[in-house]
Amino acid sequence: MKIVVDFEKCTSNAVCMGIAPDIFEVRDDNFLYVLQEEPPEDKRALVEEAVRMCPTQAISLEG
Amino acid sequence: MNTIAVVGASLAGLRAVETLRHEGFTGRLVLVGAEPHLPYDRPPLSKELLAGEWEHDRTVLRKQPYDDLDLELRLGTAATGLDLATQELALAGGTKVAFDGLVIATGSTPRTLPSIPALDGVFTLRTIDDCLAIRQRLDMGARVVVIGAGFIGSEVASTCRKRGLEVTVLEALPQPMVRGVGTRIGARLAAIQVEEGVDLRLGVSFEAVEGDVRVERIRLGDGSTIPCDVLIVAIGVVPETRWLETCGLVLDDGVVCDETLHAAPGVVAAGDLCRWPNALFDGEVMRLEHWTNAAEQGVFAARSLLRRAAGDEVEGFAPVPFVWSDQYGVKIQCAGRFGPSDDLEITHGELDSRQFVALFGRRGRLVGALAFSRARQLMQYRKMISERASLRDALAHARASG
Ligand SMILES: Cc1cc2nc3c(=O)[nH]c(=O)nc-3n(C[C@H](O)[C@H](O)[C@H](O)COP(=O)(O)OP(=O)(O)OC[C@H]3O[C@@H](n4cnc5c(N)ncnc54)[C@H](O)[C@@H]3O)c2cc1C
Ligand code: SF4
Repeated sequence: MKIVVDFEKCTSNAVCMGIAPDIFEVRDDNFLYVLQEEPPEDKRALVEEAVRMCPTQAISLEG
Repeated sequence: MNTIAVVGASLAGLRAVETLRHEGFTGRLVLVGAEPHLPYDRPPLSKELLAGEWEHDRTVLRKQPYDDLDLELRLGTAATGLDLATQELALAGGTKVAFDGLVIATGSTPRTLPSIPALDGVFTLRTIDDCLAIRQRLDMGARVVVIGAGFIGSEVASTCRKRGLEVTVLEALPQPMVRGVGTRIGARLAAIQVEEGVDLRLGVSFEAVEGDVRVERIRLGDGSTIPCDVLIVAIGVVPETRWLETCGLVLDDGVVCDETLHAAPGVVAAGDLCRWPNALFDGEVMRLEHWTNAAEQGVFAARSLLRRAAGDEVEGFAPVPFVWSDQYGVKIQCAGRFGPSDDLEITHGELDSRQFVALFGRRGRLVGALAFSRARQLMQYRKMISERASLRDALAHARASG
């Protein structure tokens, strides 16, 4: 599973970070960083929730 | 359950129908919405869309095909009444929908003042149509007056300044956003607005909106006037429960629910109109008007409805409230519950800068945190609030993490 963020769409509201803080992090520069681009399979449910909850649908999953 | 009706086709309603299908509900699913549009996202209406940086297609809330949800969509149709005894919804135009389960998600609607005449150029901002109508005036270089320096009023003023427009903000209270952030942070926000060129008038009383056909000027209590082409009234919202007034549900500034978000057997509520006791804050009865709450409650209420109907145990909805606001380049984020009487400590920066965290304590417990462009730190405190950490532990954490 690979996380792809469309940074053109992301507005850095940190909704994803609220769901999976060890994968998504909005830093002091107000940009989102993906800490684990290929997280382990046991994170799938969390990542899928982040994908669903992102207001701008900036996150997608490959694989 | 054979039929579930969801009333209100916005964030909470959409998350509810998605969750119902996700959890395996295969019966008839009816989604009723007063607006003619498919569910869209509101936060951009005071930000990117109003600024002209986005077009409206970017606000669509669901990218996947609606066919996957197998919905009976009734858009452009308001629900006008609810009969709990016969389990029937009445829709505008006279049709009825019988249901076994109901999700109420009609959100909220802007508060208005009876003293403001319906002149051309007077707006509230709630829908995409409001936003595009205002934007058209901004494109023509309108002089803007905003009544109300709450979250939405402050964001609209920020967007106007970004577009290089003159904007005056009128607020009866001594600081902007005081209800949301308290007086010390409010004072900081006031200073930022002034630095950014907003004509901020605090503690003023507004007297009258003047003009023949169009709004021309605003008269204040002290007799002075402000020229105005566009007036945006942003004095808060009221829960949209008018269609429920005689149905027998308990209404009290919202639909009153139990901790599982049930308002009656087979009836749940979610989003801006839901009032429920939050066990994480000692059962404080709250109603929130924020994005994350509407999304989370939509999901929770749908599950709660199905599980209760199946006879399963449902735990209470007990989140740490979370809201963000973008203004003047600052990402403001708030977590938890806090008010003017709580202890306040500034960490991770200085109050007179644009990057810091404010921690709020009540009787020793960490009850809230607010950040200016410090999202990562805020999320850590949000977690600590959910774990009922003490203010002292939070401050120790702040010192340790610098
Ligand atoms: C301009 C703006 C900016 C915002 N910015 C932020 C932000 O930055 N951060 C944040 O956390 N929150 C923000 N919010 C708040 C957030 O958008 C709301 O909390 C959220 O939209 C609530 O969702 P909801 O589904 O409960 O209700 P709503 O979005 O209000 O939707 C309710 C829907 O129900 C429909 N309806 C009403 N009555 C009926 C009826 N009788 N029959 C059928 N349908 C009906 C309405 O037409 C509407 O489409 C903002 C809101 C606005 C307006
Ligand atoms: S939830 Fe979406 S928009 Fe928000 S920070 Fe994450 S990716 Fe960006």
